[in-house]
This record gives sequence, structure tokens and C-alpha cells, in this order.
Amino acid sequence: MMSAPTAGLGLKAEHYEEALACRAEGLWFEVHAENHWVAGGPRRAWLQAIGERHPLSLHGVSLSLAGTEPLDREALGRLAALVRELEPALVSEHLAWSRRDGAYLPDLLPFPRSDAALAHVASRVTQVQEALGRTIAIENPSHYLVLEGHEHEEIAFLAELSRRTGCSLLLDLNNVFVSARNVGGSAEAYVDAFPAERVSEIHLAGHRPDPRLGARLLIDSHDAPVADPVWDLLRRFVARAGPRPTLIERDAALPPFETLLAERAIAHALLGAGAAGRGTRPVSAPGRSEALIPECAAQRVVR
Amino acid sequence: MSSLAELDAFQRDFAAALRGQPACSPAGAALAAQPAFAVYRNTVLRGGIDALVANHPTVRQLVGDEWIEAAAAAFFDVVPPRDGSLAGYGEGFADFLDRFAPAAELPYLAGVARLDRAWTEAHLAADAPVLGATALAATPPERLLQAVLVPHPAARWLRFAEHPSFTIWRRHREGQALDAELAWHGEAALVLRPGLGVEWRDADPAALDFLDACAEGLPFAEAAGRIADDAPGPETWLGGLLAAGAFCRIDIAPGERS
Repeated sequence: MMSAPTAGLGLKAEHYEEALACRAEGLWFEVHAENHWVAGGPRRAWLQAIGERHPLSLHGVSLSLAGTEPLDREALGRLAALVRELEPALVSEHLAWSRRDGAYLPDLLPFPRSDAALAHVASRVTQVQEALGRTIAIENPSHYLVLEGHEHEEIAFLAELSRRTGCSLLLDLNNVFVSARNVGGSAEAYVDAFPAERVSEIHLAGHRPDPRLGARLLIDSHDAPVADPVWDLLRRFVARAGPRPTLIERDAALPPFETLLAERAIAHALLGAGAAGRGTRPVSAPGRSEALIPECAAQRVVR
Repeated sequence: MSSLAELDAFQRDFAAALRGQPACSPAGAALAAQPAFAVYRNTVLRGGIDALVANHPTVRQLVGDEWIEAAAAAFFDVVPPRDGSLAGYGEGFADFLDRFAPAAELPYLAGVARLDRAWTEAHLAADAPVLGATALAATPPERLLQAVLVPHPAARWLRFAEHPSFTIWRRHREGQALDAELAWHGEAALVLRPGLGVEWRDADPAALDFLDACAEGLPFAEAAGRIADDAPGPETWLGGLLAAGAFCRIDIAPGERS
């Protein structure tokens, strides 16, 4: 099953040595691009070494694609250099903004999904894709606020963004679950309606109740194991649309590497089960033109 | 129909609310009044604080979590990150500590913050080969005097006029006993990254004057002329600088530096 989508792990510096040595079947790693678009030194060297043994995914968090300030050309140049150097299987960013008055606001901020916003984000995604010489995937955000002024449902917005720019979509199932709980809607209906043929990657992560407001506000905290209802959303998507490269994200309260690897093995098994249940249908459905993890894995995984 | 100006106004109001400034519009005020708005405010501030604290581990050891987080929050207010890569966040934190009233009782602290900063800069700097003593020896003396020694991109050099900040810093970094006697005088230090690991050593102040001159692009003879008459000459410390990885190359013809 070399060509089937497999499960990956978000990688933090604390786990580099173990990640480098790990030989789990189909294992790939995702890093935040910003942590590695440095001039030189160990951060770059480590990532090169990991990239020689495992497929890589670069996940950007700071390009501020929905921001109204000009794109940070220097940052884009650094990302492009990293992409040239590492040839990652996947590159992704967020449907969010994070810059104002020249400052970086370290979060993924929401905005009203207006027609003007759609045209603006599409133009910036196109600029990024041109700078990188490849398509990227755009991730659905987690929501905490009810905003006025939406002119598009999120799914329709993302589908149209993908249609206009050729970008693929990164479906974060924890974000779907958290958002449905926080601002209303059905997570299951969202997953069922998401344009599966455009999905090049799935994210899974843990969440927790807000310390002040309790369970009526769930925080996309990335500091806990994936919750059962989020696993259910993965089963639901895979049963409908087949497996996709699926990532376990953990950005805080890092457990030992083995603990993350065990959680990743659950995802890996679910993807395989979904593929088996779908008979002989090819994994790369017509219409998906990006170089996805499966093809990359076939070329680059050592054994 | 919607316009980009509306999106811009929304982001202006949102950013102002994140900073705790009064809203520019009723819509902005309503947004900031939602209890969940605090999630964004907390995440943005926490992102800045965590990055700054992570980049100043020795300051943190000296003052504790509560103190450095309060200082980081105050710093974040006046110097927010500009770069999406928070790995380098914190330029100017030592200068901030120089004026930060609660730090007045710890006169060596800003120096320790400068060393933490130098470590971060060395860690993230461009890679370059190290100029060794043999390459220097292979250059005819008359050409060497007119050549420029180019400091290594990862090399940082620091002076502490009155306080032993370097000794305090290195005792923490090296896990040495912290209660040993301290000689209370100024120091000079080098922080370098000749390979992948950051290294440090104490230095002769004259060697730092020489490095300053080299960084300005002065040829060897002029750089050596910068050293005070009563200070030890290059024969005393140049070999040590080269061995530590302070230079990356010799530019034989002046003016061809990059």
C-alpha cells in the first residue's frame, strides 16, 4: 500500500532525534515553516536531515492571507527558499489574517467572509502560489466569535477559493468540531458537505474547555489527545470520500514521542480501514493534480 | 456590496480591541464585548510572551517565571513581533530591561539578556566556513596587512562595562555552581557558532576592538591600529579568535567585501 495516504505527525524540536530514527511505515512530518525559514544553523540542518528520511509538509501560520496589509514579501521569499530546498510534499496556510500596523499578531484571526474578502484572499493565494511555483492547501479555521457581515458560508467560500486559485483544501476536523460547538452548526453536516475532491490533507488535534467559560467555549489548544468525536469525524469523512494524508498536531504540553506515535498509529489504521472498505478505487481521484503525500511517499520513503 | 475598505476597517477595529484600545466603531465594540474575544487576546499575548521567554532562558532562571512573564508582557506592548518567525523575537529586550524599573535592583540582568540574545542570533545566523590559522599563515604578510578579515556571520561580541554578566550567564548555561565568588568588574565575551552548536568564551577587550574594526571593513593594519597602545597586541589573542571561529574568510582586495 505504498501509494495510499498515510498518517503523519506534527514535529517539534524536542523530538528531532527520535523522529530522525523512527522507521514507522508511511510516517511523514509536518513543521511550522516559520520555525525553519532561518538563515542557517541547526534548525535548517535538522529539517534537511529529517527530509532525507521522511516526506515533509510545511505548514505556514503567519502569511496573513486574509490581511489587508501588503503581503510580507521577505517572508514569502524565505518560504520559497525553504520550499526549493526541501521539496515538501505539501505546503499549507490558513484562511485567516495575522498582521496589522506592521506587527505580527501571533494568532489566526477571523474576518467576515464577504465577496470582497473572497476576491482579496484569492488574489493573495495566487501570489503565494506563483512565488512558490506550486499550489498550496488552505485550512478551515477554528471559530470563537459570531461575526456580522458574512456573505458566504465557509464551505462555499473555500470551494470558490479553490476553484479560482487551484489551491487545495486542508480539512481540520478539530477546528470543525470546536467551531460547531462554539458558534453553532453541525460538525457532521460540515464534514458531509466539504468538497472532498479538493482535500489534500486532514488535521487532527486536541482541544479543551476554556478555563473561564467552561465547556460552552472549546479552545483549539493542540495540547491534548484527539477527542473521540473528532475521531468519529475522521471515520465519517473516510467512509464517504476515502483516506487523505492525515496529521496529528500537538503544539503544547508535548508527551513523549512514543505517545504521539501511538496516536498516529490509530489514524494510520483508520485510513487503511477506509481504503480497504472502498475496494479497488484508485486513491488519486481524477481532478486532483497536486503532488500529494502518497506519490511522494512512493518516491522518497526508504523502506 | 462589500468592499475591501470594510475588511480593512474590521481588521483595524479587531487589532485595536486586541490591544485593549477603545473601539473605533459600534461593530468593533460589540465584537470585543463577546466573552470569547478574550481567547484571541490571550492567544496573541501568550504567543509573544512564550517566544520571548523561550529566547531568554538565563534571564528566566535568574528572575523566575512570574517576573519574566510580566516583563515580557510589558515589552510586547511596546515592541510587538514584526516577523512571523517568532524564533528571533526579542531584539531590544535588553535595552528595554535597562529602563524597566523593576530591573533596577539587578544591574547585571540586561547584560545577561544581551548574552541570551547573542545566543539566539548565533543559533539562527547563516552558515559559513571558519577561517583557520593555516589560511592566515599562508597569506604573505604584506598582503595580509592590506586584507580584511571578515567576521563570521554567527559571531557576536559583547562588553560589560561594570558587571560580571558573562560569568553569571555562563555559570547558568554550563550548570556550574552559582554560589561561587564573583569578581565584580567588567567583562568581554564572544558568542559563536562555528558549526551547528553555539559556543562562548571570554575575550580580551582589545580583541573586541579589533573585531569592531574588521566588521567595519577596515584592513588588518588599520584594524590593529585601533587597539590601544597599552593593550595586548594581536599576537596575544588573534590565534584564539581564529580557533574560536570568529572569522569566515580573508578578503585580499579591500572593497570586495559583501
